[in-house]
Formats: sequence, C-alpha cells, structure tokens
Amino acid sequence: MYKYKTNDLILRTTTSLIAFILLGFAVYLLLAGHNSPGGGFVGGLMTSGAILLMNMAYGFETVKKVLPINFVKLIPIGLAVAAATGAGSFLFKQPFLSHTFGYFHIPIFGEVELATAMLFDIGVYLTVVGVMMTIILTIANDKD
Amino acid sequence: MLFAVLIPLLIACFIPALSKLKTKIHTGIFVFFVPFFIFIYFASFIGTDFSPVMEQYNWIPSLGINFDLYLDGLSLLFVLLISGIGALVVFYSIYYLDKSEQLGNFYVFLLMFMSAMLGVVLSDNIFVLYTFWELTSISSFLLIGYWHFKERSRYGALKSMLITVFGGLSMLGGFILLYVITGTTSIQEMIQQADIILSSNYLPLILGFILLGAFTKSAQFPFHIWLPDAMEAPTPVSAYLHSATMVKAGLFLVARFSPIFATYEWFFIVVSVIGIITLCWGSYMSVRQTDLKAILAFSTISQLGMIMAMLGFGTPIAIFAAVFHILNHATFKGSLFMVAGIVDHETGTRDIRKLGGLATLMPITATLAIFGTFSMAGVPLPFLNGFYSKEMFFDATLGLGSGGWSQVIPYLAVIGSIFTFVYSMYFFFGTFTGKKQLDQLPKKPHEAPIGMLISPIILVAGVILIGLFPNMVNAPFLQHAATAVNNAVEYNKISFWHGFIPPLFMSLAVVGIGTVLFITRKKWQAVYNFLPGKTSFNHIYNGIISKLDTFSKRITNFYMTGSLKTYMSLILSTVLIISVVYMFLTDGFAFSTNQLAEPSFIEIAVVAVMIIAAIATIYMNHNVAAILVLGVVGFGVAILFVIYRAPDIALTQLVIETVTVALFLLCFYHLPKMRKSTDSLKTKTVNAIISIAFGALITIVAISANSSRWFDSISDYFVENSHKLGGGDNIVNVILVDFRGLDTLFEISVLGIAALAVVGLIKMKKNKEAE
Repeated sequence: MYKYKTNDLILRTTTSLIAFILLGFAVYLLLAGHNSPGGGFVGGLMTSGAILLMNMAYGFETVKKVLPINFVKLIPIGLAVAAATGAGSFLFKQPFLSHTFGYFHIPIFGEVELATAMLFDIGVYLTVVGVMMTIILTIANDKD
Repeated sequence: MLFAVLIPLLIACFIPALSKLKTKIHTGIFVFFVPFFIFIYFASFIGTDFSPVMEQYNWIPSLGINFDLYLDGLSLLFVLLISGIGALVVFYSIYYLDKSEQLGNFYVFLLMFMSAMLGVVLSDNIFVLYTFWELTSISSFLLIGYWHFKERSRYGALKSMLITVFGGLSMLGGFILLYVITGTTSIQEMIQQADIILSSNYLPLILGFILLGAFTKSAQFPFHIWLPDAMEAPTPVSAYLHSATMVKAGLFLVARFSPIFATYEWFFIVVSVIGIITLCWGSYMSVRQTDLKAILAFSTISQLGMIMAMLGFGTPIAIFAAVFHILNHATFKGSLFMVAGIVDHETGTRDIRKLGGLATLMPITATLAIFGTFSMAGVPLPFLNGFYSKEMFFDATLGLGSGGWSQVIPYLAVIGSIFTFVYSMYFFFGTFTGKKQLDQLPKKPHEAPIGMLISPIILVAGVILIGLFPNMVNAPFLQHAATAVNNAVEYNKISFWHGFIPPLFMSLAVVGIGTVLFITRKKWQAVYNFLPGKTSFNHIYNGIISKLDTFSKRITNFYMTGSLKTYMSLILSTVLIISVVYMFLTDGFAFSTNQLAEPSFIEIAVVAVMIIAAIATIYMNHNVAAILVLGVVGFGVAILFVIYRAPDIALTQLVIETVTVALFLLCFYHLPKMRKSTDSLKTKTVNAIISIAFGALITIVAISANSSRWFDSISDYFVENSHKLGGGDNIVNVILVDFRGLDTLFEISVLGIAALAVVGLIKMKKNKEAE
C-alpha cells in the first residue's frame, strides 16, 4: 500500500498523544461499562482503533516491535475467559453464566463494586481486539 | 408356517458360500430341496375337510403390524403353485444354466422371490403383504436384469420396476385408507367390516388404488407392456415369475379383497371390463410376435385378463372357473415356457421365422408342446385341462344376465378366444412343423437332455391328469379356494360333456373360425400395421419416460441458472408472495396511529439525508464512492441512536461503521473496477419492481407489527432488576453480559470464527500460489 516513504512528522507526533488517550478511553469504556455507556465490545473496538492508528502512523513493522502481540491468539484466550466465567458458576451449583456482585473496600479507590460480569466483559474485550486486529492486519498485509 | 415362508430367505444367505465352495456341483441341486420340502409341507394340508389356519407372530405390535399368516383355500392353491412350480423350475434351471454363469446370484434372487411370493399369499396383515409385494418387485427386477451386460435386459428390468412399483405404491395408499377406515390391519377382520368400507366415502379411491396395484402386477391393459420386455430374463425365470406366480399376485389380490368389494357395482365393471380388454388385446397382439417367448408373454397377458374378468363377474361359476384356470394356466404355461427354453437352448434362436420342422428332430419336446398349446387354446378334447376352464368361462359370460351392455361380453370372450386359438396353433405349427431351415440355425438341433425334459413332462402330466380326472382336484382343493373367494359353497361337478349347450357351440365356433384364421394368417397380417401402429403402448411409455426426462431437465434449467442475481430475485419474490398472501388470509394488515410519537425536525433531517444517500448509492459508478456514500447512511443511523437515547448502540455503531468502511476500502483495493451494469432494461425493471415491492412489504410489516401490540413489553423487568439483580446501572450492558450472556458468548464466537476464516482464506491462497 505504501510505495514511498514520507516524513509524517505531524501525524506521528499527534498519534503518540492520541493513541495514548484512545487506549485510556478504551480501558475506561471497558471498566465503566456496567454502570454507564460502554462495555467490552466498544472498548475492544476502541482499542483496535488505537492500535490501527499506530499502525498507520508508524508502519506495521514498528508496531510489531512495540506491541509483540499475536492477535490471533487473543481470540481463543478471550473466548476461554468468557466461557470460563460462565462455567465458573457451576462451582457454586448455579446455572451456566450466573453472575454475582458485591461491594468491597479497597485502599486507594474506596468503596468499589466488583462483579463477575466484568470478567465476562474482559473476555468479550479480548476477543473483539483479537478479531478486529486479525482481520485488518491479515487483509492489509496481503499485498498482492 | 412362518418357517416355511422365511426358509428360502435363510437359505439364500448361505447360497453364495455354497456356490463358491462346491464349484463342481451345480448350486441348483442344493436349492432344489427348499421348494420341494415346502411343497410337501403344504401338500399335507390338502383334503376335503380342510379348514383355514391362522398363525400370529408379533412384529411391530405398537403399530398393529403383526406377522399374521392365514392359510385358506386360496392361499393353499397359490403356495402349492409357488413351491411346486418353484421346485420344477429350479430343477429345470440346473440343466438350463451353465456352471459358468453367476449361479450364486441367480439362486439368491430366486429364493428371495420365492420367500416374497409365499409371504404375499400367506400374509393376513396388509402391511406385511405390502412388504412382501415390494420384495417380489425387487427380486423380479434383479432376475429380469440377470444378464445385466445386455442393454435389453436392463431396459426390461427398469420398465417392470417402474410400472410395478408405481402400482405397488398406489396399493399402499389404498391399504392405508382401509386401515384408517376400519382401524384394523388384518384382512380377515376387514372382510368382517365390509359394510363399513362399502359405506365409506373413500370407497372409489380405495378400490382404484388397490386395483391399480393388482393391474400393474398382473400386467393388465394398459400396464401389460412390461411383461413382454421381462422376457429378457433367463427362461426359468420367465416360466416361474412371469407365467405361474408373480403375475398372478394381482389376481390373488383381487380375489382376496373381492369378499369386501364384490357387492360394489364398480368393482364388477372395472375388473371385468379391464379383464376382457386385456384378454382380447393380449391375444390379438400375440399373433403378431415372432419371438417364441414374446408369443407366450402376450398369451400370459391375455390369459391373466381372462381370469381377471372372471374374478370381476363374481358369480359362483365364474369364481370357480377363475380358480380352476389359475391352476390350469400355471401347468400348461409353465411347460410351454420350458419348451420355448429347450428350443432356444438346442437351436440357439427363439425366432419363429427361422424355426420349423423340429418335430422329427425333437419329438419329445414337440409332444409336450402339442399338449400345452392345445390346452391353452381350449380345444375340446377330454384330456386337456384348458378346455374345462375355458368352457366354464363361456358359461360364466353367458350367466351375467341380459342387462344392457353386459351382453357384449360373451362376444368379446369368443373373439379373444379365437385369437388365443390362432396364436396357440401358430406357436406349435410354426415351430415344429413345416420346412426345416437348418442352415439358419446357430446350432445343430437335437433332442434336449433328459434332465431338462423332466420338469415340462411333469407339468404336461398335470395337464393330462387334470384333463382326464378333473374331479380329482375339485373337492379337496379347488372348492376350498373358490369358497375363500366368494363364500358361496357350490359344488360343481366338473365334467367334459354337458350336452348341447351354448358354451359348447362357442367353443366349436372358436375352433372353427380360429382354424380358418390360422390358415389365412398371411392374408390379414397387414392389419397389424394399422391397429397397434402408433398407438402402441410401448410407444406411449417411451414417450412419457423421455418427455418426463426433458421436462424435468427444462424445469431445472429454468430456475437453476447459476446466476446469483436470479436466485436472489427468486428468494425475494417468494418471500414477498408468501408474506403478502399470508397477511391477506389472516387479515394481518393494521395501521394505528395512537401510539406514535411526534417526529422532531432533527429526526426528519437526518432521515432525509439518509434517504438521499441510499438512493445515491445505487447510481455511484465507482466502488469507493459507493462505499463512502453508504457510510453516510451508517453514520445517520448512529445519529438516530443518539437521538433515541441509545448511547451504547450509538457508540458501537459509530466505531463499527468506521471499521467497516476501512475494511471495505482495504478489500476493494484488490477487486477489479466496478463495471457498468450490462443488464437489459427489462431485467432492470423487474429488479426495480422486486426491490421496491420488498421494501414496501417490510415497511408494511413493520407498521402492522407496531400497530398491533398484543402484550406488554418485558423491558420493565429489566429496568427494575438491573441494579438489584445485576449490580449495574447500564441496563444494556447488564442484559448483554448478565441476563442474556449466552447470546453474547456465541456472538463473540461468531466473530472469532469470522476472523479465523479470513486468516484461513488468505493463507490458503498463499499456499496455493506457492505450490
């Protein structure tokens, strides 16, 4: 796709800032999903958007060095986390995918709500990131 | 009795092993004992004091299908024919078939057939009867196609299979109707409920279905066409299946069910008219044939028609004559087929034009043939059994009363019999007298080996014995069979001389006119160019088969065009038609405005932009442009979600739309440039109509669905319990991961599979290039 090299100084400089904000926003979406708009799916999409932006600005080779992640492997990992969360309810003699939640006091954050649904959402998040990046990278790198 | 029915099948399992192990001994020798002992077993039932025997075995009790066997006079007649002629045919086949043939196959098929036939005549349960009925069709198919390397054999086998299975299936339909009406699967219980059946509205249908089964099996007009082609089978098979047993299964069926239908006038009309037509047509066509076995095949057709007609008459004398003729026909026709087989075996041809003058070379065969043919012709001689049943037949036709058109029947009977006489004489004199044409024959003819002659000798001995002492088989045997059919006990003292009564004159007329016609045969043979001519039923059958072939091919080619566009428009129009018709039928249209909200200006503006973008997409000539314009629609949807206060969905829609557009651009980079549409104006119009109609349909369905809400929404539950049970305030997210988490689990699985498929596709392409 990129036949000649240009000096994308402005793009790269803004990317390094924006990608950071995007990733942070994605994590926020993921964690806040239970009580305000967001969730694993949008969080995952936003993360892939950030990584995609990095790819555009710095090229695939560079990003590979910075983020040595095999995205294909994220898919089974995400699915396994989601399924294991569901299967976990068997340990408590509950039907598949029964969730529970509770309020805990954690030193720095104070009173915090923790729910098993969050684990499931993390599974969704990992899968979505894996899927999006796999598809885009596979197609983009298919240069013939 | 059960053992007797199933033993041929059991033995058939061991035949292949036997024929492999004992290559020095002809396999038929082992097989011979099976029908022989079955014959002895059933012969022990014969006697004046015989009474029906019933045996019951459970098979599928929950469906009322039991392996019930019922042996009455009629079944006894048939089992004796099947096992007796079966034994003779097996014995004959030992000499007829060389050891180089695939004997294992032959005897396995033959034993299968024997078992099936015994099952047909002994079953009391209609569904068991049907099972065995189809087994006879299948084994007959296998036997006709025994020399499967011959084109004609395969054609004949397929033809007989198609016709008999067609009839068999329709018979099954009749049986099911009978079962539904009477609630029983037993024939004897049905006979007791005959009045229920006779008062049913389905009676014509039942009768039609069952008769169709009987007529196709028994080669009645116009389904007789498979029988001449079945002559491609080895001659023992023709003798056994296509003269003595299988073709009589239809007669058996009619006889078995006639206690139910006998009082129904259409039964008499259909069965006797078809029977008489078959008699005349079969005997008329037989004179035209040049192949010995074809003459016999058409002769079988006409004789079966005669028996069928008598079963249709239903008078005591007719039934008795029918039963008597079943026995007589089996004896003389079996022997004649064996004679034809001997002639074929010893001269190498069955073409009657090449044969002639064999009487001096094959005296024993000629003697056998003379008894067989003269008995078949019904020549009034006291030692031929064919004459007795033929005279009874004439008597029966005269006894039909003077009402209307039934007066025609005796004349038709005489005409049919005249032709019967002609082809019988033609068969005998054409083969055994006249000029010798030894140079035309592939082999030098000589008398057959004694083993081959034994079976026809026994059958001809039967012909003469029954002819000389007809009352020998009457009281202990035929009376029981006739009683089983029409329940009216009437002791007929069979005698040769009744005095100068009309049937005798009819017989004399047959012989007289027949002789004249036979002698002047060459003069009137041109008539055959006109009468079957183009109206020949083979012609029609072949026409139907090839028309069906081209017709179905044309239909398939019509809609299976291979073009995805066509399939798409077919699918859409089908959905369209079904939905519209269904909505009309159920009065599903509804339009109510009382629940509608007031649209705001922003909503209208966004929707207007979306509509413009959607229409513009159709007119884009460049694919990138089309994608970008389509993206406008997607972002419009996202804005609508924002307006309708669905932040999660709006977010997702925004990101997804962006990613999709990016993906499209990536993919389209590889695709060729979009071409201008080459569709004709007509296709374009049709497509436009279908798309607009489909869009209208979806709109109407949506409006109607929204206008007719029958239940309250369950969303209140989620609103109330999302915090309480799910521990979250984002209801959408709680539904996705908690209340309906299973859906989400499988949706992410779908995503994963899609990603792996993309990887697989692109990697596979690379591997292919590498090779």
